[in-house]
Amino acid sequence: MATVQTPNGFSLDTSGKRVVVDPVTRIEGHMRCEVNVDENNIIRNAVSTGTMWRGLEVILKGRDPRDAWAFVQRICGVCTGTHALTSVRAVEDALNIDIPENANSIRNIMQLSLQVHDHLVHFYHLHALDWVNPVNALKADPKATSELQQKVSPHHPKSSPGYFRDVQTRIRKFVESGQLGPFKNGYWTNPAYLLPPEADLMAVTHYLEALDFQKEIMTVRTIFGGKDTHPNWLVGGVPCAINMDGDMAAGAPINMERLNYVRSITERAITFVKNVYIPDVLAVGQFYKGWLYGGGLSSQNVLSYGDIPDRANDYSAGNLLMPRGAIINGKLEEVHPVDLRDPDEIQEFVPHSWYKYADEAVGLHPWDGVTEANYKLGPNLVGTRTHIKEIDEGGKYSWIKAPRWKGHAMEVGPLARYIIGYAQGHEQITDQIKGVLGALDVPVDALFSTLGRTAARALEAEWAAEQQLYFLDKLIANIKNGDSSTANTTSFDPKTWPTEVKGVGFTEAPRGALGHWVKIKDTKIENYQCVVPTTWNGSPRDNEGNIGAFEASLMNTKMEVPEEPVEILRTLHSFDPCLACSTHVMSEDGEELADVKVR
Amino acid sequence: MHETFYDVMRRQGITRRSFLKYCSLAAGALGLSPAFAPQIAEAMETKPRIPVLWLHGLECTCCSESFIRSAHPLAKDVILSMISLDYDDTIMAAAGDQAEAIIEETIQKYDGNFILAVEGNAPLDEDGMYCIIGGKPFVEQLRHVAEHAKAIISWGSCASWGCVQAARPNPTRATPTHKVPNMPDKPIIKVPGCPPISEVMTAVITYMLTFEKMPSLDNQGRPKMFYSQRIHDKCYRRPHFDAGQFVEKFDDEGAKKGYCLYKVGCKGPTTYNACSTVRWNGGLSFPIQAGHPCIGCSEDGFWDKGGFYERLSDIKGFGIEGNADEIGTAAAAIVGGAVAIHAGASVVKRIVQKGDDA
Repeated sequence: MATVQTPNGFSLDTSGKRVVVDPVTRIEGHMRCEVNVDENNIIRNAVSTGTMWRGLEVILKGRDPRDAWAFVQRICGVCTGTHALTSVRAVEDALNIDIPENANSIRNIMQLSLQVHDHLVHFYHLHALDWVNPVNALKADPKATSELQQKVSPHHPKSSPGYFRDVQTRIRKFVESGQLGPFKNGYWTNPAYLLPPEADLMAVTHYLEALDFQKEIMTVRTIFGGKDTHPNWLVGGVPCAINMDGDMAAGAPINMERLNYVRSITERAITFVKNVYIPDVLAVGQFYKGWLYGGGLSSQNVLSYGDIPDRANDYSAGNLLMPRGAIINGKLEEVHPVDLRDPDEIQEFVPHSWYKYADEAVGLHPWDGVTEANYKLGPNLVGTRTHIKEIDEGGKYSWIKAPRWKGHAMEVGPLARYIIGYAQGHEQITDQIKGVLGALDVPVDALFSTLGRTAARALEAEWAAEQQLYFLDKLIANIKNGDSSTANTTSFDPKTWPTEVKGVGFTEAPRGALGHWVKIKDTKIENYQCVVPTTWNGSPRDNEGNIGAFEASLMNTKMEVPEEPVEILRTLHSFDPCLACSTHVMSEDGEELADVKVR
Repeated sequence: MHETFYDVMRRQGITRRSFLKYCSLAAGALGLSPAFAPQIAEAMETKPRIPVLWLHGLECTCCSESFIRSAHPLAKDVILSMISLDYDDTIMAAAGDQAEAIIEETIQKYDGNFILAVEGNAPLDEDGMYCIIGGKPFVEQLRHVAEHAKAIISWGSCASWGCVQAARPNPTRATPTHKVPNMPDKPIIKVPGCPPISEVMTAVITYMLTFEKMPSLDNQGRPKMFYSQRIHDKCYRRPHFDAGQFVEKFDDEGAKKGYCLYKVGCKGPTTYNACSTVRWNGGLSFPIQAGHPCIGCSEDGFWDKGGFYERLSDIKGFGIEGNADEIGTAAAAIVGGAVAIHAGASVVKRIVQKGDDA
């Protein structure tokens, strides 16, 4: 087959051998990936398929908008809370509800702790095995590992030779038992793994340390939200009332002991990220910095909505501590403003998605979203409808829609945020980026890569942990000033609501830009649409044939052994895919479709 | 060399001498002569960890996220020393063909002797293709693995009841494990909650390993040890309910004083779970302590039982006991667990410690 040129600049060639990866593991949800490799095992065509769909948005129709956060929070238990926060913001936007300053600080602390937790768990437990070989760690000299540890992170207390010997012994027994558990059938003889045994042992040790520590990070959300996974939220503020000094402060949701707990955890999280996570990413980066694949769309088109409002109720770009904007065609000197309400900016397309539009040549803004399932496979499918061997990307091929910003396929996520922040001259972000580029002795272009994505995530975890402390201090200062308010309930009663309103809420989820659009009629949800980070990154081709961020990032990557998809996993994981998030609404039949339409 | 219970015990500080003593005690407990002690010891020293295949259907991964938050035991120790988590697409190194091959290997090697853990559920509409694994419907994988499993754990409200994707109008016909048509007849333990409490999840596993059997289940298939009491029964705010002291609005004086959340919608009186006893994240808190009403996330169909901020309408003030107790009777019947799971280290440690004390 002849080479096809995509409008966004990629040259697709399907003539080579087809390689299928299904399931793609170490992600949230279910995903499939197919590539064609040429005679040199270089990827010349990439196809990413979202393989699950649940229909949460249709389930929301007719519900109480105050309950919506709980439903949409169950879109994803990994980025738990970010959908809930996006939802209460959308409903507050629709109903014109201002929240108290304390509620803003507490929400920010919860959201930032999610960034720290999610990034840390992603690196160690979902991504590390793409770079780190636990079997090779058995060959390490514990003494040399100790020296390496003390060199890369002099302040981390767990660094003695005996400590590493104990971990190595435990891993050895585990491996020699023949019961390899999660490490079973890994690609441990693949030449793509480049770390020396000592670095492998250090990283495997931190895999275990991080598994122990991550559960601490999230307890911040247990304090404010009562449980984690899936803490509780509230339209109008936060549910946790403050009682610092009253006779019933003990047993109140927030008191001095609770705030001290949050401080303690926050400080420990900062220490862990600085002493373990960042040094490990740099250590891995040092050995893999020649592996510069995976840039995809990041050097061209990136998008961020921004997040973490400094003052409550001001969602303008200037008040958001996480940067907002769009960069097109790699022009870093021009960061475009982004408007989630503009019908011409964000639109979703479905010609290659398992949904149906009346006219599939056009895209629809989420407030005007129409969605109807349409599970159809292209004529060149290999296999059957219920046993797909090779998918036909010429037809419909994914449960993910194709969102576009002003017609462009965009990458979202930590790297997108960091590129935008860098382009805007965001001081902390610029310092962090310069620091990591200097430490690895690589040029700024190195950012546009799989490893750049992984590094940006680590830097963002460090930034977020420190901001968490900023908002804790801010919360306490505000209480000290006499304001202990946590919820605005003046419009909590549906009887006070206008008949028909609409709103939009957004956050920067760990994986990128997240927006919810809601329409409320007669106190019930009339329409609810989510466009989530993995919808952006994992999108299939659109009406013009532009490929999405996952697909773009795999292009031109050399595979060492095509049957062992180490490189594919490495790059896909660098986005931290979340498939339960990415899949969309449907309607059971034509009648439902009419309900979804905007009048 | 296998990592065995003996290895695990040694790491937990149990001496060889204590271990052998345990084996003698165990022989006695089993009605065997002390001559059998060496055989028991040998079994303990060589027995492999029980394989677990953890499948994911339509879900949000909150159950896995909860599981890794377990404070006691640590998830690390469960995975490295108690079970052999051979398949779990959320954390496993292998992908694609290499991942799928593990399922067949496990079936071949441990047919009838592994545990199937299910997170999420299977959609039945569109021939099951709302959830695709390896190009095929998830429901096929689920049935296939279940056919060869010893027992099934339905993690969370998705696998137990259907949960959010099965809420009205259930667009994909998402179906909990026990209601999937043509499911092989295997014992199923439901561990509901969205998600279940971390330490409840690990406790269910360690109970099975330690006591070599299924936990006692209520007539809905939930472990009695964690699901026999309502949140309301053991809630630390219960005295305020009895005294008629309620939060009327969020952030009012009552909210600051930790009064009862019944009037702002608390579902504690009709929800069976361990949140007010075990609490969350190492016993740190639970939703009511943090000021939010219980939304009843471990109950069947809780998404469709009225708004989360609507007061329970069929329960009138102090008449609550009568009504809620009627609900309780339904759960009173006991289903005995008779499925033997091999012994784990903690029972050994416990008995050994007892023995040492004595």
